[in-house]
Amino acid sequence: MSEIRLERIVKTFKDVRAVDDVSLTVAQGEFMVLLGPSGCGKTTLLRSIAGLEDIDAGRVVIGGRDVTELPPRARRVAMVFQSYAVFPHMSVFENIAFGLRMSKVEKTTLTRRVRSAAELLHIEALLDRYPSQVSGGQRQRIAVARAIAMEPDVLLMDEPLSNLDALLRLEMRAELKRLLNEIGSTTVYVTHDQVEAMSMGDRIAVMRAGRILQLGDPLTIYQTPVDRFVGGFIGSPPMNFLPATVRDGGDGLRAEVQDAGSLRLDGTAAWLTGRIGQAVTMGVRAEDIDVVEDGGADGVLRGRILVVEPLGSHDLLTVRLGESRLKVATRPGIALRADDPVVLRPQVERLVWLDPESDRALERPASAA
Amino acid sequence: MTRAHTLETPPTTPARALDGPPVPEGPPPPRRKHTWRRLGNQALWYAAAIVLALFIALPIYLIFVSAVTPEADRYTYPKAIVPSALSFENISFFLRASGVVDAFWRSCIVGIITIVLALGIGAPAGYAIARYVFRGRDAYRLVILATRAFPVVILSIPLAVLYRQVGINDSVLGVALMHTTLALPFTVLITSSVFVSIPRDLEEAAQTLGCSPAQAFRRISLPLALPGLTAAAIFTWVLSWNDVFAAAILTLRNPTLPARILSSLTQAPLHFQFAAAFVMLVPSLVVIFIIRRYLLGLWGRVVK
Amino acid sequence: MTKRRNLAPWLLVLPSALYLAVFFATPMAQSFALALQDSAGSWSLESVQLMLGDPDFGRAVSATLTLLVLVIPIQLALALAMAIVINKRLRGTSLWLYCYALPLAISELAAGIVWVSIFTQRGWLNSILQSLGILDRGVIWMSGESYWMLIGIIVVAEAWRATSIMMIILVAGLQSIPDEYLEAAEVYGASLWQRIRRVILPMLRPSLQVALILRVILAIQVFATAVALAGTGLTVMSQQALDWANDIDNDNVAAAWAGLMLVISLTATVGILWLLPVREEQRQ
Repeated sequence: MSEIRLERIVKTFKDVRAVDDVSLTVAQGEFMVLLGPSGCGKTTLLRSIAGLEDIDAGRVVIGGRDVTELPPRARRVAMVFQSYAVFPHMSVFENIAFGLRMSKVEKTTLTRRVRSAAELLHIEALLDRYPSQVSGGQRQRIAVARAIAMEPDVLLMDEPLSNLDALLRLEMRAELKRLLNEIGSTTVYVTHDQVEAMSMGDRIAVMRAGRILQLGDPLTIYQTPVDRFVGGFIGSPPMNFLPATVRDGGDGLRAEVQDAGSLRLDGTAAWLTGRIGQAVTMGVRAEDIDVVEDGGADGVLRGRILVVEPLGSHDLLTVRLGESRLKVATRPGIALRADDPVVLRPQVERLVWLDPESDRALERPASAA
Repeated sequence: MTRAHTLETPPTTPARALDGPPVPEGPPPPRRKHTWRRLGNQALWYAAAIVLALFIALPIYLIFVSAVTPEADRYTYPKAIVPSALSFENISFFLRASGVVDAFWRSCIVGIITIVLALGIGAPAGYAIARYVFRGRDAYRLVILATRAFPVVILSIPLAVLYRQVGINDSVLGVALMHTTLALPFTVLITSSVFVSIPRDLEEAAQTLGCSPAQAFRRISLPLALPGLTAAAIFTWVLSWNDVFAAAILTLRNPTLPARILSSLTQAPLHFQFAAAFVMLVPSLVVIFIIRRYLLGLWGRVVK
Repeated sequence: MTKRRNLAPWLLVLPSALYLAVFFATPMAQSFALALQDSAGSWSLESVQLMLGDPDFGRAVSATLTLLVLVIPIQLALALAMAIVINKRLRGTSLWLYCYALPLAISELAAGIVWVSIFTQRGWLNSILQSLGILDRGVIWMSGESYWMLIGIIVVAEAWRATSIMMIILVAGLQSIPDEYLEAAEVYGASLWQRIRRVILPMLRPSLQVALILRVILAIQVFATAVALAGTGLTVMSQQALDWANDIDNDNVAAAWAGLMLVISLTATVGILWLLPVREEQRQ
């Protein structure tokens, strides 16, 4: 178990900067998720840690040791590949034992470590089989067992669950989390699936275009995205963004949404005083919007329902609000139908405020944080 | 402006029994019969398949019968489509003809040298274009493809001149060098398609598990490529075994088997020719049988 | 380390590049040089003129090109039929594929003799036709007198021998066309012929292009099949080159023949690329 320190990593393919000056420190024993859309550089960054990619600039330090110039075999890392990369010409046992044989582990130790890795992943019954004789999910387990049998300083995982079907993925997700918790190794995990990232990571690094946009624990990133991209990428449905103008309502600040009314803000948004008269973008999660009865109330937003999707655990409304569309999650069985008017009151303390020009979250003065 | 509406849970719809799937009533439906139309359609496809297969297989069967017809029946006419007895008289007559056995061995040796050279030189190149992106890769591929556009004739004649100067004219080595040139583009493209079909991930995984690049190749890619490489080797041998033209130009007193047969073609009796064709044909059929699983992989992917 | 890694592909490619430089590029250049020299070694068009003035020149060129023009369409149709049958996945697909691929490894010479056994005067064809009572007397198929009969026989033999390679390329091409396209066409009411014309052929174009180029180049070099079946009744370009090189012992004129064949090959390749252009997005 070791800390990983990436210092100003740059990797260019032809003209594309796949990784663009990224620095990141993964604490010992931490589960770090690199999250982003395809082509954001997350896999390249992971492969740079493994030594499979020659970086153009920067340093990779694992456990205090500069490994930048070392080949993969000398880095004491183990990696689980998206395709699993289970060797088809070797039995399951030999697959798991492969790395141990390479490092000339003595025979009884080898057998013991292969067995215990297999047991951890519940594949001890498959040890004599060949990869072609086991299912995709089992192959995935072999790949993980092969990695943890190495007892590596660092475990790298490249979208290990993306080739599994939905049900299996759900099951493996929980199991992997338990397992990694148990062995406690430093893990870097690449995924494009934000649910996976949220559910598994101690911290998430959201990447785009070769850079890390936001680094933090899952809940922080979910609740206070640093920009429109992160808010939209994380969460399902994505965060809603409404154009609004900050007004002084006499009795406090208001956010006016064109053709939908003006929302009364409370003290948590008092720091917006300096923005009175200016345009802002209001970010709000679907579940942070309450549908309220229309008592002719003031300070709420009014719109019209476009679609109602009953999803079992909740109903998802698509609401037209002025020029915008908004996703609203309500409890199931709400008696509303398409084309009904609806009154919405977002929970003001949960709102995120962005600059409409840069799409970045507005700096909240330190005192108000 | 807006009509007030209740936010209470709406009254549940009138109670209904839990709906199960609809239960079909009555006996199960009769199995659908093959209609004549469907049957006829299938029959047409099979008929087409059989006609095409006969076109290919019948001549092979006939040359087999021609080759094993006993001497006594040689001039029987009309010929019997099933031979009265299996006889090796024709074949042994052919093999006893002067120089045939020597030519046979010469062909085998030329084939083996060609395999060693073509695979030894071609497989590394095939690996390189399968695994690495490097400057000149596309140009190299283009050159390899382009070599196939040039007729053998154009290479054989200057090579014959060159060989006379170097002193390897009319020799096994000379023919093998020429055959290697003919085979090399195929070997490169075939081996590259073999290596492309082995995921790069496997080698990388081996590297993260403690292998050097060379070890990863030897322990992972090589064993996985072996069947494909064997198929490539066998096909290289066929290319060499079948070549008539280059061998005819490059040899005189030490011909390969096809060159030997060609030189006596006009004077040789028919039963000699038939036995010759049969002897040349048998290895070809065996080879296609051995590499049948790779046919599509070898040729299909080569074109891309 | 970075440097060493980047050198690896070059080192791997180097031997083959050197080999082709010595045994391919050099002889090719020499071939041109030989063709443009006289037998004494000085530059002149004498060898080309000798070739053109040869009484067999016209016969060899026209026979080769006639064979080419006749055999290629037949092979294309046969190969396409075989490929479509294979793609239909009848019972025993691999057996059908094996059968159709058999001639792939059969040499020109063996193939020629196989068809000699069929077309010779007391051969299988006459034998079978007479036993069936279709003919009273055997027909002399392989006579030097009847040029077109010889051409026909060689076309049949070549179609038999060299269709496999086209078939394999087309099968591989067909398999890369997802079934959904054909099923979609069927759902929208396309008949088999319409599916072939509207879906299969356009999508198969890259494979067709490769198969045609490969076959045309090989057809220009037709040799042993013709020799086995026609003997002296007919002469082809390769035969001329061989005769000049071996019998007449004039490498210059032989090289001129080789050069001519190359020119025809390249012209045909360019022609096919022009007639059957493949859009970049269709390449894989």
